[in-house]
Amino acid sequence: MTPHQGRTPGRISACAALALTLVPAYAAWPAASGETAPACSAPLLDGGRPVSLADYRGKVVYVDFWASWCAPCRESFPFMNELQRDLSAKGLEIVAVSVDKTAEEARRFLDRYPAQFTVILDAAAKCPAAFRLEGMPSSYVIDRGGIVRAVHVGFRSGDRDEIRQQLVEMLAAGK
Amino acid sequence: MFSRVLIVAALLVAALSGCTTVPPWERGTLAKPVMSVDPPPQEKTQKLRTYGAKEGGAAATGVGGGGCGCN
Repeated sequence: MTPHQGRTPGRISACAALALTLVPAYAAWPAASGETAPACSAPLLDGGRPVSLADYRGKVVYVDFWASWCAPCRESFPFMNELQRDLSAKGLEIVAVSVDKTAEEARRFLDRYPAQFTVILDAAAKCPAAFRLEGMPSSYVIDRGGIVRAVHVGFRSGDRDEIRQQLVEMLAAGK
Repeated sequence: MFSRVLIVAALLVAALSGCTTVPPWERGTLAKPVMSVDPPPQEKTQKLRTYGAKEGGAAATGVGGGGCGCN
């Protein structure tokens, strides 16, 4: 009797099936440059008036997803204040989308790292899901036609110049 | 027969598996200091010190000394 004969292929396929169950199911691809920016609407952190990204059609928009627990966001906020100061006159709109669960957490962060730009609170996390974020923070440069032109995942000090240049070029191009 | 058992096992593992992908925007709880794999360096030093004392030897968490057998 040869108990193992004829069973090996089945065993291999079963083991393969077992291995497949361990592979995490990754969701769809993230929003990439060249795509139309997904619809995103959430209330202002202070005031509750809903803001939609579509309201900014015709303007260059810098959308930044942040959270109070996100460490690199502490560095990106002063940078975005600089962008606001230097480029808002040229038509740049900065929209920071908080993915915090409560307004309380977001406000506590803003007490320490104040923002001089639009901050909206998406507690239901519909916007980050629509943009299919890859990491925190993530920022998107959206042109006047509502097309995503650049995606930045994370925030490193070297990103400052790159982001600023992209925005300056886009504002100058008038697209 | 055996492969069928394995397939059922695979399905069971898949059903019971605790593995999931947490989207980046929902990692707030994971970002808390208490969730870090290693405690802060200072706390870690203190813990190792206590652990070393409890184990009663300088080599409780590794090999100490230069190989002469004298710690």
